[in-house]
Amino acid sequence: MYRWLLCFRYLKTRYIALASIISVTLGVATLIVVNSVMSGFSAEMHERLHGLVSDIMIECHATGGMPDPDAHLREIEKICGPQLVSSTVSVSVPSMLGIEYRGQQIGRHVNLIGLDTKTYDQVSDFGKYLLHPENQKSASFQLRESGYAPDRKELSAAGWVHRRDRVDQERKYEQMVAEERRLMAELKAQAEGTEPSEQQQASDAAATGPSFDPSFGPSFEPASDASHGPSFSQELMEGSEDRLVAAVDPMTEQFPGIILGISTCSVRGRDANGEVIDHYYAQPGDDVRMIFPNAAADTKVVNQKFTVVDLYESGMSEYDSTFAFVRLDQLQEFRGMIDPMTGVRSVTTIQLKLAEGADLNAVRDALRDRFPPELYAYNIQTWRDLQGPLLSAVRLETTILNILLFLIIAVAGFGILATFFMIVVEKTRDIGTLKALGASGRGVSSIFLAYGLLLGFVGSGAGLIGGLLFVDNINAIAGVVETITGQEVFDPTVYYFTEIPTIVEPMTLAWVMIGALAIAVLASVLPAMRAARMHPVQALRFE
Amino acid sequence: MITLPIRVQYTYASPPRHENSPMPTPIVLTARGLKKSYHKDRIDVPVLRGVNLEVQQGLVTALVGRSGSGKSTLMHLLATLDRPDAGEVFFRGNRIDNAPRSVRDRYRNHDIGVIFQFYHLLPELSAVENVLAPAMIGKSVLGYLRTRKETRKRADAMLDRVGLLHRRKHRPSEMSGGEMQRVAIARALMADPTLLLADEPTGNLDTETGQDILRLLSDLNASDNLTILMITHDDEIAAAADVCWRMSDGLIQTEHEDKNHNDRAARGLATHAA
Repeated sequence: MYRWLLCFRYLKTRYIALASIISVTLGVATLIVVNSVMSGFSAEMHERLHGLVSDIMIECHATGGMPDPDAHLREIEKICGPQLVSSTVSVSVPSMLGIEYRGQQIGRHVNLIGLDTKTYDQVSDFGKYLLHPENQKSASFQLRESGYAPDRKELSAAGWVHRRDRVDQERKYEQMVAEERRLMAELKAQAEGTEPSEQQQASDAAATGPSFDPSFGPSFEPASDASHGPSFSQELMEGSEDRLVAAVDPMTEQFPGIILGISTCSVRGRDANGEVIDHYYAQPGDDVRMIFPNAAADTKVVNQKFTVVDLYESGMSEYDSTFAFVRLDQLQEFRGMIDPMTGVRSVTTIQLKLAEGADLNAVRDALRDRFPPELYAYNIQTWRDLQGPLLSAVRLETTILNILLFLIIAVAGFGILATFFMIVVEKTRDIGTLKALGASGRGVSSIFLAYGLLLGFVGSGAGLIGGLLFVDNINAIAGVVETITGQEVFDPTVYYFTEIPTIVEPMTLAWVMIGALAIAVLASVLPAMRAARMHPVQALRFE
Repeated sequence: MITLPIRVQYTYASPPRHENSPMPTPIVLTARGLKKSYHKDRIDVPVLRGVNLEVQQGLVTALVGRSGSGKSTLMHLLATLDRPDAGEVFFRGNRIDNAPRSVRDRYRNHDIGVIFQFYHLLPELSAVENVLAPAMIGKSVLGYLRTRKETRKRADAMLDRVGLLHRRKHRPSEMSGGEMQRVAIARALMADPTLLLADEPTGNLDTETGQDILRLLSDLNASDNLTILMITHDDEIAAAADVCWRMSDGLIQTEHEDKNHNDRAARGLATHAA
């Protein structure tokens, strides 16, 4: 009883000891914050990575893809048994995206994926990363009237509204150019027999003509024949497109729909005030050009115009900057992946979703046995394999941070050790008194052990509360730090999260607390032993 | 040596039992051939060279000697705070100097009470908590909690006994030396000990306060039949005891002067009359 009474009294009267545990507090708080943010990050990342790719992915490396996917699926079903929840097939082909932007051609390398929205959504998250609220519910490759991403003012007009505006403007411009050309030709014809004043007039008109709208400026002029611009060779232009072009009235009709990864057609930056702004080269309603190889043995290039019907934003820059999605049947058609004899369509990728808790690696190995790489040009991977290096990097980072921060607490332990030695020396006479009153060595030492435990408890408890409060308000704190230092703590242009994600795991909290308490108690063992061994007579005589 | 400037005005009343029975009183504590020396740089400094001592129940025994005569060391040995190099200590016939640690802890906690020249109160605790300390040490947490009410009542009774109940909440730093020594006495009495060991209880106090303390001790001896072994360097104080042992150079020099009980009683009466 006296132990607890005394160590409570020591706690209340010895502020120096409290100072020595501030480092424990800080260490615990930092550990909690770091672990919460790291697990928030990795959970977010896991969710996204896993959301984007299905549990198991079978990719065929042949250009023509794997023939008869239904037979494959039957075989896979046999191997996986009831673990298989759903599956989808898709065609994935490297391609080039061409965006016409203010008379310039922007080329991007993308991974063009033909997918079946219904089954694709069953194996991985797809729809929920689209911008249009309707498409998030059920994805479609039809352009919507408007209402894309209500929270982004840059996309307020996207959709048919934007398309009609653009086409209207283009047509007006073309009319003007045509008018001007006609005028020039007229002037040229007149010039042969007229006075120079009129020519002067004409060139004035020519100079002012193109700049009817400052935003379009003179640079817009080459756009009139950009489709025949320098970035596409004449050979490429003889694709399937020309056949379609004639049939499409851009005012009311669209080309086949395409969903672009948001980073393939936009850049994120900051304006003068430091506000994050996105700039879109293409938005829903615009037409883009895709160039990709067909599936024939003597590979040809297919050049096809698509209409952007939505944008895809998963937050993973790797995906957002390389993916473009079209309808599976259309892509198969464009690439010639349909067997003309049987009508069987080939695919390049089969994605599987397995039941919750299924052993992905075991299924993967079974599939690899069935489709050995010696015979098939298939690459069978789980989603973890696909993102292995990233996941293990995050894990390693977390481990190292934890070790480093625990070392901080261990350093704090030495502070406690030193302080406790001082307190034991200071309390020498009291120790002698206690022994004279019949306290055992163990009893005396347990005063200091309990004191260490109590200090550790107070220190790590304060750290726990502080850490949790910090985690709870981490975004507000980041904001304050930002205003003070002027340095953005969590740059959304880098991380693609607008907020710092955090997850507080009770197990982690428990381990951190246990660790901190253990260090505090361990640090008080030596002083406590010293107190226990103290000779009562010498202790009583101590001045 | 300091001599008291005024006549000592107290005396120890003899226990009533003595009046009735002429039988020798039982021995509480016995020391036989106690030797103790300290080692410093391989030189032995003998402090005790074979001390024999007996403490009779119900009497006030004084042990008088100069500084350095070894009386404090002897008291530490008797309180089992230290172990003798040779010799034995018996408490009620049981040898305790080489008893197991737990037995000695229990002996210190339960069978004897100790007061010191420098009071040795725990500065973090209030007066009543200091008095409670032996009870807390002697009992387990559960045992203490179960009997907390009675224990607290007893602690208050002890403080009342030494006249400090009104200061029960005060810390030692808020008390005078005499008051601290009273609290120390209350603490020593807490476990209802058989024997009170007092190591220069007045050594750090002015004469008058010292006399108050001594009067308190003599009252306790008279009313509770408390056996007291008091160590002092003051002959006057020693003279007032029932039994007086004189010590120098690590030995008991004079045989104890056991005064005649009747004589002592008469002296007490005389003092009272005066």
